[in-house]
Amino acid sequence: MSGPATPFRYVSTDRRVREDRRFVAGKGRFAADVALAGTRHVALVTSPHPAARIAGIDTAAALLLPGVHHVLTGRELAAATVPLLAGLDTPKVPRRPLAVDVARYAGEWVAAVVADTRALAEDAAELVHVDYEPLPFVLDGEEAYAPGSPPVHAEHGSNVLLDRTFTWGAVEQDFAQSAHRLSLKVKWGRSSTVPVETFAVLASWDPWREILDVFASVQMPRFPDQVALVLKLPGSCVRVHNDVDVGGSYGVKRGIKHAVLVGYLSRRLGFPVRLVEDRLENMRGGDGHGPERNFDVEVAFDERGVIRAMKMRALDNVGAYAGRSPFQLGKPIGAIVGPYRIRSVQYRAIAVTSNKTVQEAVRAFGQAPTNYAIERAIDQVARHRGLDRVEARRRNLIRADEFPWLIPSGTTYDSGDYHTVIEKVLARADYASLVAERERLRAEGLLAGIGIAACLEPSGANSTFEPLLNPRNETTTYTETCRINVDVSGAVTATIHTLSAGQGHESLAACMIGEVLEIDPDRIRVVRPDSLSSLPSQSPVGSRMAIMLGGAAFHAAQKLKARLIAIAAHDLNIPVAQAVYHDGDICDAARPQLRRSFTELVTIAHRNFHRLPPGSEPGLAFSHVMQVPTGGTLPTPDGRVQMYPCFAFEFHLLLMTIDPDLGKPEIRRYFVGHDCGTVINPKIVRGMTMGGIAHGIGAALYEEFAYGAEGALLAQSFMDYLLPSAHEVPPVEIIHHVTPSPHTVLGQKGSGESGYLGAPAAIASAINDALSPLGISVNSLPIKLGQLGDLIAAARTPPA
Amino acid sequence: MKPAAFEYSRPRGLDEACAMLSAEGDDARLIAGGQTLVPLMAMRLARPKRLIDIARIGELAYVRSEGDAVAIGAATRQCVIERDAIVCAEVPLLARVMPFVGHAPIRARGTIGGSLANADPAAEIALVAVTLGATISYRDGRTSGELAAADFFIGPMSTALSPTACLTAVHFPVWRGVRVGVGFHEVNARRSDFAFASAAAQIAVDEAGMCTRLALGIGAVTAVPRRLHALEMMLRGSRAEEGRVRETVAAVLSDIDPLSDLHASADYRRRAAATLLTRAIADSWREAHRQSAHAR
Amino acid sequence: MRVELTVNGSRSALEVEPRMSLLDCLRERLLLTGAHAGCEHGVCGACTVLLDGVPIRSCLMFAVQADGYAITTIEGIAPGPGELSPVQDAFCETHGMQCGYCTPAMILTAHALLAGNPAPSRAEIVEAISANICRCTGYAQIVEAVALAAERMRGLNQPAGTP
Repeated sequence: MSGPATPFRYVSTDRRVREDRRFVAGKGRFAADVALAGTRHVALVTSPHPAARIAGIDTAAALLLPGVHHVLTGRELAAATVPLLAGLDTPKVPRRPLAVDVARYAGEWVAAVVADTRALAEDAAELVHVDYEPLPFVLDGEEAYAPGSPPVHAEHGSNVLLDRTFTWGAVEQDFAQSAHRLSLKVKWGRSSTVPVETFAVLASWDPWREILDVFASVQMPRFPDQVALVLKLPGSCVRVHNDVDVGGSYGVKRGIKHAVLVGYLSRRLGFPVRLVEDRLENMRGGDGHGPERNFDVEVAFDERGVIRAMKMRALDNVGAYAGRSPFQLGKPIGAIVGPYRIRSVQYRAIAVTSNKTVQEAVRAFGQAPTNYAIERAIDQVARHRGLDRVEARRRNLIRADEFPWLIPSGTTYDSGDYHTVIEKVLARADYASLVAERERLRAEGLLAGIGIAACLEPSGANSTFEPLLNPRNETTTYTETCRINVDVSGAVTATIHTLSAGQGHESLAACMIGEVLEIDPDRIRVVRPDSLSSLPSQSPVGSRMAIMLGGAAFHAAQKLKARLIAIAAHDLNIPVAQAVYHDGDICDAARPQLRRSFTELVTIAHRNFHRLPPGSEPGLAFSHVMQVPTGGTLPTPDGRVQMYPCFAFEFHLLLMTIDPDLGKPEIRRYFVGHDCGTVINPKIVRGMTMGGIAHGIGAALYEEFAYGAEGALLAQSFMDYLLPSAHEVPPVEIIHHVTPSPHTVLGQKGSGESGYLGAPAAIASAINDALSPLGISVNSLPIKLGQLGDLIAAARTPPA
Repeated sequence: MKPAAFEYSRPRGLDEACAMLSAEGDDARLIAGGQTLVPLMAMRLARPKRLIDIARIGELAYVRSEGDAVAIGAATRQCVIERDAIVCAEVPLLARVMPFVGHAPIRARGTIGGSLANADPAAEIALVAVTLGATISYRDGRTSGELAAADFFIGPMSTALSPTACLTAVHFPVWRGVRVGVGFHEVNARRSDFAFASAAAQIAVDEAGMCTRLALGIGAVTAVPRRLHALEMMLRGSRAEEGRVRETVAAVLSDIDPLSDLHASADYRRRAAATLLTRAIADSWREAHRQSAHAR
Repeated sequence: MRVELTVNGSRSALEVEPRMSLLDCLRERLLLTGAHAGCEHGVCGACTVLLDGVPIRSCLMFAVQADGYAITTIEGIAPGPGELSPVQDAFCETHGMQCGYCTPAMILTAHALLAGNPAPSRAEIVEAISANICRCTGYAQIVEAVALAAERMRGLNQPAGTP
């Protein structure tokens, strides 16, 4: 990777990711690998209807099968639990693991069968007879929004969960004073990041210790608390095992309903209970769908194509229940103008229910669709003004000398050098020759287009979109903790308090601590205690771990280092300022032959209390609970708040062809400029960007949760929900740049969502550039080849 | 997704397999590679009470040159066919499509009989069988029979075989003594997916480059793969270059009734079939003509 | 039903239901949990094992069909406890994974590829791994791992002085 030589010893160097060792040997410990004696298995009975009253559930035949222990219905579970927490204040939209009286989407879980094996549970599930009385249903978001549409939740009265308009700045005035305006509609289709591992959870209730052990494939903030809350257990009665490896999540594995289900069953039945979603249960009823969002965007701009103001209406179809998903309309507020100097914004966020599978959280939490809408708008502005699309962006981008930059919605962007990143990409790609290549391909008879996208990755996950959209919620912190203990032998062990799905957090923590302590990170053991032994953590969401776990590890290590210095100074009888720390040993700056080794200091700390500075605690245990840099205040009445602290930047440039007869798109060249500040582990960051681009290619070209008119999910297996294979992901060249963040301990920003944020927008841009000679454009994603073929054919058919 | 329970038998020979199948009728299914049957069973769309495993019956696995035809045993694995020298030399159209059949791990287990019996409208092997006018042999209890490929496939996922019949072999005609070229194209969302449209062509030319014999077929577009006899007749005696062929192909395909689904509309399939067939014919003609030129 | 399976060189006699997949049998009866279930309908490839050295989808095979083959799972790849094969080490060197769920399948596929083709082109590597879905990496570092393994393995066991 390019960039200046690193000033660090371990950070930014090409180190292996220690977690890889167990995975290449097949020794990962995934939730379905955990075996407890006496475990029974769950299979679900699911609704075939998009909406139906449940008139009765006949479990008699199922219970007669040998090996079947119980058939749990929604009513029984509801009597013993409270509804799942919702993000918004919507008490009339209760959500439970099993439908109660009404099933609200095809695939919703209606009953759970427990049997000796999964196969037997499925046999029994077929014998559960549910009496359904179909009800009117609505699938489309705009239809659901319209008055008179059948409300998914009758008591709520409508399908509107959220309809709030924010006005930041003098929007109408800016529109009135602008020379030009244009409006566009774009649609982000329903897809998700669909990990290869489905959600799996094993729960075991120990009545003697009164602890519910939970082994789950989860990525969910406050998971133990919420499971306890719903099960009406004290928080300290739920023990989530954080050392379970998660087979990919990218946001979706929230799993409260799954864990509550098996947690309840284990307590009720007296043995461990396991649910491993099969692929059908996962796709239809796992509640892991992503945003399905309609955008209406209007921009006001001047002769030079500089956008002054923007109005955006975003309507998202969140499915049949509301979890955290409406917040995916709120998070983008923290980067609502993208990387551009737009001065005023009006944003209308609408979340509606419909009789579709529930949407939860997907990588970047709503930012990728928003970036797509913003980038489509700027491409249109470029066209309107006859500008090259890169030039249009140059004129609109915030300049490097303008940071920190306050955007209309109240967030300050920390740092960036967008123009330099773009120039580096254009130089590496040889933009002129890319354009020439496009012309050559066009001359050969292909449709060919260059795609461009410039966008931000907000990172650090301050959850202030919660109080922004739900005034009853006053969350102003989103903590992460690292604890370090040096034992009597001098072994350094750090604890981190979350599960991870391959992001390399163990390696991250060890590297940060090693950097501070000046010792080889490979010497530092990192473990994941269970949730009862853990300190505050919010799980790896919102591209936060490099900043928050990195920060916590850094500060904990600094505390340890300071104590070692204090011990040495006291023991050497010198002022603290005269003690020099080097590779774990400390000497007297004035007389370097006077020194204390790391081993000696450890011994003093653990054994020689008489040699410790007065008032010290013995031992060497330190932890740091990290608060979000810049975070901590509630929103203003007009809805302005500092959201995420750090902003990484990416610039995508790609060349694509479309076979005009078959409509088949093919990406020929792909470059991405990526600036996430200081890179802690280059291998990890590269992997994130590549993986994000692959997700983005899927969302743009292949993946869609398509529904039939009768309300059934058509793409319910991998036969119809098409995941990109190695053939569909082209080689990508990443061009790096480092603009450190002033807010983080080493200047690092997040990168967990990189690639996914901009790839769909860039691909859409390329397709529209390719189609422009035909005078057509596509303003929805995914853009599938059948549809492209039809559009091109229609455009090429001479009018009758 | 666990299948419904079943009994499993592994007959040692074809006679035993057929007897078992006759005895159980609708309740039993044959399994060879299982690459299409097992997913159906996992989703409980197929629920046989007995699986009769014929994968290891030696008399069903072979590739033999039989003069005017190449005979391939029904239980011959697709990966074996892919590499077979006789197939490459004598049924080049089949050799051409094999790498397109699923992925390598599927071909490692899947058999030619399994693919044909599954009768997916988009299956490549089925398209070749129909295009070349292959013959499919079967046993039903103690009787043997034969069906022309065109009669074998009767609808999507549906064949003319009775539930007690076992497919035993496929006989692909060999074009001897002529210069043959082949062409195959398909379009799908991802490589190795089931195609939305596919086209196969085998053409023999004389020294002047005139087509003397053609076999042309389209797949994935209609309920069953279809051979285009009328088009073959139109192109016989002419040079089948792309420019000349395009309009004729489009005209011939204008009155087919294509499938439509969430992946591709009927119009798309019709247009794609025309494009792919034009390209397949052009490739095939060029290949035959080149051989012709080399032979001179 | 009784079946005898030879897995990683070891023979086991097991009593299984005919409907138990080879995948479930390996995981639950032989406690070889390195093969993973991703879809159970033969698309994602996370269940890949080697049958006589050839990658197959173990979710599409019943255990009762798997007698008489030499089955290799990821647990049979490491040369010894705590040691890595050149392919496994190459995957660590390039970070050809993140969550690790598809990794055993990728590594077995790579082993099979390199056994037959010691110098695969990028296209051949892509073709070989295209049967396995990865949602984390975007494939780049996986392709690099296989290429690196190939390069290193070509250099092994060369007589001294070989250029």
